[in-house]
Amino acid sequence: MSAMLLNKEKWPDFIGKLTGKKIWAPSGDGEELRFAPVAEGETPQLAFNNTRVPPKNILFPQTETMYRFQLGDLEMEIPQLDKETIILGLRPCDARAISIVEKLFRWDVDDPYYLKRRELVTLVGLACNEPGLNCFCTSVGGGPASTEGLDLLMVDLGDKYLLETITPKGDALVDTVKELLEEADEASQKLKEAAVNEAGEKISRTVDTENVAQGLPELWEDPLWQKVSASCLGCGTCTYLCPTCHCFDIQDETEAFEARRCRMWDSCMFEEYTLHTSGHNPRPTRRERTRNRINHKYSYYVDKFDVIACVGCGRCINLCPVNIDIVEILRQVKEAL
Amino acid sequence: MTANNPYVPYTATVEDTWYETGGDRCIKTFKVVFDDQSVRQSWSHKPGQCAMIGVLGIGESMISISCSPTEGNFLRFSVMKMGKVTQALHQLEAGDKMMVRGPYGNSFPVDEWQGKKILTIGGGVGQAPLRPIIEYVKANREKYAGLTMIYGARTSGDLCFKSEFDEMNKCEDLSCHLTIDIEEEGWDHNVGFVPQMLLDLEPSPENTIVITCGPPIMIRFVLENLKKLGFEDEQIYTTLENRMKCGIGKCGRCNAGGMYVCKDGPVFSYAVLKEIPEAFA
Repeated sequence: MSAMLLNKEKWPDFIGKLTGKKIWAPSGDGEELRFAPVAEGETPQLAFNNTRVPPKNILFPQTETMYRFQLGDLEMEIPQLDKETIILGLRPCDARAISIVEKLFRWDVDDPYYLKRRELVTLVGLACNEPGLNCFCTSVGGGPASTEGLDLLMVDLGDKYLLETITPKGDALVDTVKELLEEADEASQKLKEAAVNEAGEKISRTVDTENVAQGLPELWEDPLWQKVSASCLGCGTCTYLCPTCHCFDIQDETEAFEARRCRMWDSCMFEEYTLHTSGHNPRPTRRERTRNRINHKYSYYVDKFDVIACVGCGRCINLCPVNIDIVEILRQVKEAL
Repeated sequence: MTANNPYVPYTATVEDTWYETGGDRCIKTFKVVFDDQSVRQSWSHKPGQCAMIGVLGIGESMISISCSPTEGNFLRFSVMKMGKVTQALHQLEAGDKMMVRGPYGNSFPVDEWQGKKILTIGGGVGQAPLRPIIEYVKANREKYAGLTMIYGARTSGDLCFKSEFDEMNKCEDLSCHLTIDIEEEGWDHNVGFVPQMLLDLEPSPENTIVITCGPPIMIRFVLENLKKLGFEDEQIYTTLENRMKCGIGKCGRCNAGGMYVCKDGPVFSYAVLKEIPEAFA
């Protein structure tokens, strides 16, 4: 691990040096801010809160071809993944989400698509100076400068970025731009500490997760599930915007004789998700589906992987059309326990 | 599943097919053999396990493997015609190709059950996951203290594996009890529901393992009646089914509580099952 400084004036040069790799960075502005590939010669700007949608689609595309085939033929062609990628400027919560989801894709049987993309990507994070209104990362094991999942962490110090390498991949990246960098001095470390502390203090939303994983199953029939799901429209926005939601469907798509088997994001908030062919549905209403969503993140995942499958990014709160608030749900869970 | 990509199925050839039952939701059995010899040799499954079977361009469904590994180097699937994939499967005839990946899930702990009496209680197509146990016990008769099978369906035409019942009755330590819901001309077995037949037969719980598969309503009353007969939770096994896509615990949809049916199941003892909140949902 090393700590270096990059003068912001040299930012375009920094980007220019990262050749040969596909770079994803925040693009657009305001509500439309999202991760997009950086075109050659373009310099992405990193001044933002967080993107409206998380960068999860880069490692786990919304629709991904698993293999192609010709109808009537049995040869299956698996897409080759070999392009090295950099995700630049993702927030620590979204990086933690990647390391959390990776546990599942590595569990028991390796998922070759996710793990190949994970192997090819370098994650360059940007610590948060200005947390969003509904951020609660500090309640679920994260923080404004958490390095979990990251290869390199950048901290905005005003006119400079502090660059802290976390992994050999981060070291390798810093190595390619080293002539632009200077050693970090003690003063800049202190500036970082102050910035991170200040950001942490600005996080106003908190949940108490103690005993929630063990306690949730006991609340199975609690009236709270009816209450918290009553206004749910079943639109699935919460799951599509969630950086840790990873559930998918597998479908065959054909066009003339060209065909592919692909997987695409699915949502446990949809009625069809669990619908049996017989018409029976083990989760017939939004009450059961909401209960499953919360249990999966805060209890089942904890049991299996020892980590909460929520990073406190607040997106599901920010963009729920009927203002369902996971922090509030968890408050009610705690109250009922 | 292939060596480095668990989502890529193997190609298999349908060697033989026949209809078990008729009607709109008919059940057709497929006997299939993997095309690749090395796959045939490396494949091994246990009673209770499932496989993703399908047709390229249509999709895949999780179907229980309805044969025991003791029967030979092939697989059998008994498939009810229900939706898009199963309709496409039903069009397959001998010589056609079927895509298969697996085997998936845990299995009935048949080796732990050695020395015990085995009682299977099936209803309708629920007999398919039970059949491997029956065949396994038949092939290892000296290791088990006997086998009793109770099997029912709505009508005699809805019973699967009919041609195999006579053979069972000829053996003294195996017995086969059939029942249908409504009286039928020419039917010389029991008439009545499976749970009632269980009570009438009054099997002793002593040194016995009971496995039940069938429609949820049947399972419910079978469990009730097993308790009346004095069976302990640990002696009772069943299987769960949920919608599945990946078969390897990734796609997320088959969970019942914190259990993935595709990995932690499909076989559960009642002792485990009754602690899973969504198990009977």
